[in-house]
Amino acid sequence: MEIGGIIAYLVSLAIMAGIFAVFALGLNIHWGYTGLFNIGIAGFFCIGAYTSAMITTPRPEDVSPMYAQYVHQIFGLNLPFIVGLLGAALVCGFIAYLIGYPTLRLREDYLAIATIGIAETFRLIFNNEHWLANGPRGLMGLPQPFQGLVEPRHYNYIYLVVVLAIMVVIYISIERVIRSPWGRVLRAIREDEVASAMSGKDIVRFKMQSLIFGSMIMGVGGALYAHYTKAISPDVFTPLYGTFIIWVMLMAGGSGNNKGAILGAFVVWGIWIGTKFLTDLLPYTLKARAPYIRFLIIGILLEIILIYRPQGLMGEEKRISKMMD
Amino acid sequence: MAELIVYGIVLGSIIALGAIGLTLVYGILRFANFAHGDLMTAGAYVALFLVTGIFPWLGIPDTTFGSLSFGWRMTLAFPIAMACVAAASILFDRILYRPLRRKQSGPVIMAISALGASFIIRMIVIILWGADYHFYRPGVLRPAIMLPLEIKIRPDQILILATVLSLVILLYLFLQRTKMGKAMRATADNMELARVSGIDTERVIVWTWGIGGALAAAGGILYGIDVQLHPGMGWHFLLPLFAATILGGIGNMYGALIGALIMGVAQQVSTFYLMPTYKPAVAFVVMILILLVRPQGIFGGGRS
Repeated sequence: MEIGGIIAYLVSLAIMAGIFAVFALGLNIHWGYTGLFNIGIAGFFCIGAYTSAMITTPRPEDVSPMYAQYVHQIFGLNLPFIVGLLGAALVCGFIAYLIGYPTLRLREDYLAIATIGIAETFRLIFNNEHWLANGPRGLMGLPQPFQGLVEPRHYNYIYLVVVLAIMVVIYISIERVIRSPWGRVLRAIREDEVASAMSGKDIVRFKMQSLIFGSMIMGVGGALYAHYTKAISPDVFTPLYGTFIIWVMLMAGGSGNNKGAILGAFVVWGIWIGTKFLTDLLPYTLKARAPYIRFLIIGILLEIILIYRPQGLMGEEKRISKMMD
Repeated sequence: MAELIVYGIVLGSIIALGAIGLTLVYGILRFANFAHGDLMTAGAYVALFLVTGIFPWLGIPDTTFGSLSFGWRMTLAFPIAMACVAAASILFDRILYRPLRRKQSGPVIMAISALGASFIIRMIVIILWGADYHFYRPGVLRPAIMLPLEIKIRPDQILILATVLSLVILLYLFLQRTKMGKAMRATADNMELARVSGIDTERVIVWTWGIGGALAAAGGILYGIDVQLHPGMGWHFLLPLFAATILGGIGNMYGALIGALIMGVAQQVSTFYLMPTYKPAVAFVVMILILLVRPQGIFGGGRS
């Protein structure tokens, strides 16, 4: 492979790692700072991607009658990319509220089961209801921002800048929010719910705000993914690809540490792609099963991290207050 | 409709085998075992390996009993697969959960570890058997018996109900009559207190995993006999399993049994109105409704 090809490959790798870093940052708010157990990230991934897709594409009827025969979509607003991102965040925030309402008052693992449930339910709905978003075939032809600026074959450079810029904005806003009194309450809840409640904090309200905030970030991640691949279908948002790998990223990087979340996303995505080169060496008969062997490796990696290095690569930064050192 | 209710009871009894094990593990080890559905998958596939791989090679005849769809091969495979999955569950506890217990990791870390274990089991199943559907006996005719109210039921399904019933009775006797059963109930009530009264809680944990794994395997095999085998079957069972466990009150075995029957009937009856692929979603919606109205479950359990 010539040098240009290698760079183009690395750029596509960095885009995906950057998108997963956004998810890992969202999960870090849930799990890292508040102790919320969300294992339905794929649900927010899916809802974010579909919301942004439907906001930014035109209605099939407005494209051509012919097209409308093949593609069904309940609405299409044909609005710019940025509106899609915001819409994805808002819808995910609202869904998070609906999940949080019955479960946040209860034991922590009930939220986990409810998030799995919502992720599976939305995947089933998008798969079965053809009128909603074209069923299993999914939506195609999603617009990309700043498309006219460069030649199509160099477009990935632009999108990499977009993804990294959004990732940095999210990183900075989480860092600021987490250092605020609000962020301290979240960590207090994570460490000791009873003590925080005794200090007069409305635990359920803070947890709800954290759940909504993190889920909105995951919605943005879903939208970024949708506009990168330009085509989405329900089979992408599986528990393996949409939830599990993101947990491994956060645990690998260090939960409770935003830099760790980003680092974990890049490292684990690198490992995930690296194992592809390894499985390419396998004999032909095993090749069809290569993706599963790769997921098996990721699963074993998670167990090793949990047992031998639970704090991850970076561990949590101790933050008390800028007044105390 | 009457037929759907009967099919729901069959499905519910299969869910019950998983849910009883899940609620035992939940009550004693205090964490949500997200790998429990995949233990069912593992049991089903170990039996498949015995029935289609080992036993033909050993020369065990491929006969069927009367109008049932299986014979000696499955009769032998059933207990062996249960034992294998029980051993695998104990092994998983040794390798994955015991080190975490020693480090006093919280229940969520244990649950994440279980989630990892569930993916590991599923990936091993797919790598070994592929992602397609499997049957214990392909293309077999399945004669049905007509019952009153136009209910058609297969002999297999009657046998499934009988098997589940006998396993539940055995478990009841074990928990009520044996020393280990009593120790298990004591540990579920209060682990610290059990330990100071001289109960070896690590041994209790080994038994818990053994029983939970064996019952899950039985459930998986029965589902394989009734419907089919698929690597994702355990994952699809996860929501109904948890819904049944929560419905019955966590740690309450009899609650889980009733909860599972309700879940099975709800899922089957829903196919009258909805596409069958929505079954896991039905379990989810029923569970959310329960959490809204009675988060402690129908039978109270009180402990949380």
